[in-house]
This record gives sequence, structure tokens and C-alpha cells, in this order.
Amino acid sequence: MTPPHGIITRIARTGRAAELGLLVFAAVIVTSALVIVELNQNRGITLDLLWYGAGYLAALAVTHLLVRRFAPYADPVLMPVAALLNGLGLVMIHRLDLASVANAAAEDQPDPGLQAPLQLMWTGVALVLFLVVLVVIRDHKVLQSYAYTIALLGFIFLAVPAVLPARFSEVNGAKIWIKIPGVFSIQPAEFAKIALIIFAAAFLTSKAQVLNSAGKKVFGLVLPRIRDLGPLLLALILALGVLVRGKDLGTSLLLFGTLLVMIYLATSRVSWLIIGLIGFAGGAVLMYRLFGHVRLRVDIWLHPFADAQNTGYQLVQSLFGLGTGGIFGTGLGAGRPDIVPYASTDFITAALGEELGLVGLTVIILLYMILTTRGLRTAIAAKDNFGALLAGGLAFSFALQVFIIIGGVTRLIPLTGLTTPFLSYGGSSLLANYVMLALLIRISDSSRRPDKPVSRKPSTPLVEAGTEMVPVVRKHSLRKPSGEAS
Amino acid sequence: MPALILQLTRVGFLILLCLFVWAAIRVIRADLRTATDVKYVRAPSRRDARRQAKEHRDRPSGLSPMTPTMLVVTAGSLAGTRIRLGDGPILIGRADDSTLVLDDDYASTRHARLTRDGDAFYLEDLGSTNGTYLDRTKIQSPTAVPTGAPIRIGRTVIELRP
Repeated sequence: MTPPHGIITRIARTGRAAELGLLVFAAVIVTSALVIVELNQNRGITLDLLWYGAGYLAALAVTHLLVRRFAPYADPVLMPVAALLNGLGLVMIHRLDLASVANAAAEDQPDPGLQAPLQLMWTGVALVLFLVVLVVIRDHKVLQSYAYTIALLGFIFLAVPAVLPARFSEVNGAKIWIKIPGVFSIQPAEFAKIALIIFAAAFLTSKAQVLNSAGKKVFGLVLPRIRDLGPLLLALILALGVLVRGKDLGTSLLLFGTLLVMIYLATSRVSWLIIGLIGFAGGAVLMYRLFGHVRLRVDIWLHPFADAQNTGYQLVQSLFGLGTGGIFGTGLGAGRPDIVPYASTDFITAALGEELGLVGLTVIILLYMILTTRGLRTAIAAKDNFGALLAGGLAFSFALQVFIIIGGVTRLIPLTGLTTPFLSYGGSSLLANYVMLALLIRISDSSRRPDKPVSRKPSTPLVEAGTEMVPVVRKHSLRKPSGEAS
Repeated sequence: MPALILQLTRVGFLILLCLFVWAAIRVIRADLRTATDVKYVRAPSRRDARRQAKEHRDRPSGLSPMTPTMLVVTAGSLAGTRIRLGDGPILIGRADDSTLVLDDDYASTRHARLTRDGDAFYLEDLGSTNGTYLDRTKIQSPTAVPTGAPIRIGRTVIELRP
């Protein structure tokens, strides 16, 4: 008595070949981007460039081989899209390095520090971390049992910069870093975000039933009971408190939006979204009243040209850059994206928009869209609720982060500092994003993996007593006739 | 560098980027096709069975229906699977402990239940996301299942056969 094998083998497509093809394609694009930058900057084309490209491809190939080994059924598109974004980011950071070196030379200043080699180093570390996550977490359900521990660690980590003296925690007025001067600096909020998403997924999985049913009804809205949602609200309020105190508005918005959507995913009740949005509006007004820097951000957003040489300078230069780029861009290396302050971190999409134009920026947004839809697809196909919520939360947080930062750079919404996932310069952000990618790949592997026909047998429930599975020789053959020879 | 080459690289690079998106979408499309590759194995007697079921519904209530003895999956990735009907309820869903474990993205973990009451079988939706359909109507409460009527769960179709 064997289950029909023909069916099983038919579904078992791993997609690893497609992944390899896309990775090679990504490496080709990144290498040609590098070559174009060097051409436009009138630097010689040397074989070194090819070596960089080959090195990038080799790093990706090693990752691919290990994914093949440890997550053979993972989604084939996630890795290459991330790799392409990361590579484009690297090229753009290198290009901005060239510009800042030239500027410093023109003004007889000492050489500024180069960012591209650091980012390259962080990419290597991030890929290693990606693989470590993939190897250590063999089943994402393990995370569910450590949810509270993970949340606690996330908090401690998040709260450290608030406790540390400013010398070790403040960069450009935002007290959200842990830095050891001269060695490294990390932004713990990036990792705390992952911890909070994992915690929310585990918590909502255990409470979804209650949240869905209990509560008073007011004007057709089912109001939730506070005690059902207590721990999650507490976690959210604590996190937001720490972040707002550290003036990290972007991350607070990101966390709030992600958790709200996860609650909606868990309960599929619109009333939660409405309650959340009312809460958001209240919070936004309150922050506007309370904090001068929030008012300043909103003012710059509404009237960027009112003080174009001072407070509005960054946004105005970003808009000019995008305008210069037009539809097809100036070509990589041919624009002046370095005029925008912080072009390599918050404003990297402005730099890319200037040199690749509307078309290039649209492709980049499309890449994020692919990343998100594949994440949501993973969530739909996940076999357990925790996996579904976790994948949904991670995927949505990518989308929301891209919306918040690109919206800010293009003056659709007030600017709040966030990194652009995979593109921006910054080690913490890169590490955190690769960890999130690893989790998505882990979940997609388990959801796409065909069930082993044998493993189903031992867990035969009592309910099944009296029924049995009988394989049938079908008259209309499926694609694999050999599988049903029995 | 000649300006022409620079212009060509500028456009060429954008085309390359677009091609990448195209390639990625092609992979996604192939993936969607395998995931939801519904092989409608039309059982030869399906139409007959439905007609029978209709006749059976139209029949005066005094006549005893054909008692189903088997549950057959006629469409979806498990097409061709048969389960002999016992006395216990049959749980249908993606959960591992279901009686009929579906490999169907559009089915819920615990989707529906078939319960026996004498010679009749009642179908009950267990709060699934996409609903359970008997023939073409979405069922709201436990409903008696006539022999041969198609039960739709996600992309899977199940029938009771004598």
C-alpha cells in the first residue's frame, strides 16, 4: 500500500537551476554596472574589474551551493533579487566614493574614508550570517518556542543605546547606535525589528482564535479585549518608546505598520486596521505637537524650497537629482549624485534615480515588489500558521520600509531616516536584511517541500481508523506514467 | 570614451535590468504553474454521476439513495486518490493529521469535515478561508452530500461514489 508516487514526483521541482541562472544574470548586471561606472569616470578598464565581478559571482555561487544543500526547495527568486539589489548598491557606493575622493582632492582636503570596501566586507559577513541562520534554524517552528526569549533579547539590545553615554551611541543626533569608536558601530533597532516580528508571529498564532471572536461590538467594529493583546501591545509600546526617544521615527513607523498588518493577517478583521490607523493618526498628531524635529520634517516635506540652502537642502538636491535623471537617467557614473548629503545611505535611491532615471528606479521598485510578492506567496503556501504569519510579516516589512524611504526621498511622505533594504550603505541593515531573507527562504523551503509519503504514515490519527488510502491506477495517465505502475 | 559608446551602455544597462525582471517573472510564472497545476482528471462517469445525483435529488424522498462507500478525488494535485468511507468523520485539510491531507495552497489547514449519519453524509466547513462548495453553492451549515455531487475545496474536487 503506497501512496501514489506519480503525484509526489510531479510536484517536486526545486527551482535551484532557475536560481543559479538568475544569480549568474545578477552577477553579469553588477559587473557591467561597474564597467559602465569606470567608463563614465574615464578610468581605465582593467582586468581587475572582471575579478571583482568574478569574486561577487563566486560568493553567490558558494551561497547557492549551500542553499542547495540546506534548503533545496527554497523559492528560486528571493536570493537573486536580493543579490542584484545588493550588487547595485555596492556599485553605487563605489561610484559615490569616487566622487567624494575627487571632491576632496579638488578642495585640497585629506582623503575621505572609502565606504565601498567596508560595504563589501559587510556583504561577506552578511552572506556568512545568512548561511549560519539557514544551517542553524533547520525548522522555523523552533523560533516559535523561543518567542519570549527572542523578544526579551531584542529589547535589551534595543535599549542599550538609550542607556549608553552619547559618545558611544549618538550619530548625527540620533541616539540609536552602539559604537566602539574606530572598531565598529551597529544599529540594534534593525535586529530588534526581526525579534519583534518573530515574537508577534508566535504570539498571534497562539491568540488568533481569541482575538477573532471575543470583544465588545461598537458601531459594527469588534473592539478587542486588552488582555488578549496585552503582551504584544506592551512590546510595541516599549519598542516605540525607546525608538521615539532615540529620534528614530522611520523604524517606529515601520514596526507599527508591520505589527498592524500582522494582526490583520492573523485575524482577517478590518476593524483592527481601522483601530490601528486611528491610533496612528493620534500618535502622529501627538508627536507633531511634542517634538520639534517632527515639525521640522513635516515643514520640509510641505515647503522644501522655503529654506532650500539649509534645512531643505538634502531633499531639494534629491529632487533636482531625480529631475536631472529624467526618464532614462544620466548613465551610471555620469551624474552628480554626490551633491545630495548622505547619498549612500538614506538617499541611495535618489542617486540611482538620477543615474538610471525613472526606468531604472522603476525596475528597482519592481525588484522589491517581486521580493515582497514572493514573501507573501511563501506566507500563503506555508503549512503552519506561525510560518505564514512570520513570512507575511517579514515580506510586508520589506515593502513598508521601501515605501517609507522612497516615499520620503521622492517627497510623497515626510522623510524619515531608514535604509533602503540591501541597497544602502550600512552593515547592520545589510546583516539584518540577510537574516530576514534567510528566514523567508527557510519558510519557503518547508512550504514548497513535498510531503514525504512515508512520514505521513506513523502519525495516523485515531480519526482515520476504519478508512484507508488506496492507490488507484488511473485510466488517464498523468505526466509520469511510471510512477503509478503499481 | 566616445560618447556613442556611453550612450549605448546607458540604454543597454537599462535593457539588461528590465531583462532581469522579465527573467524573474518567467521563473515565478513557471513556479505558479507547477504549484497550481490542476490536472483535471475527468472521471469518465462524472457527468453521469452528476446527472444521477440530480435525478436522485428530484426523486421522491421515499426511495433510498445509493449509499456511498468511497471518497474519490477527481481534480487537484491528489487526483485519483480514493478513501474508503468508514464510520468515523473524515477531516479534510492541509494539516498532517487530516484524513485527506491536501497539497493545495487554496485549502485551509483544517478545511472541512464529512460526517456520517446513517446512510447519509454531511459536509461541514471548518471555518476555511476560501470556503467549501457543494456543486456550485458555498455551504454555510452542515449539508447532506448526494452521491456523485462534486465537493470543491480550493482547487481540489472530491466526490462520494457508491
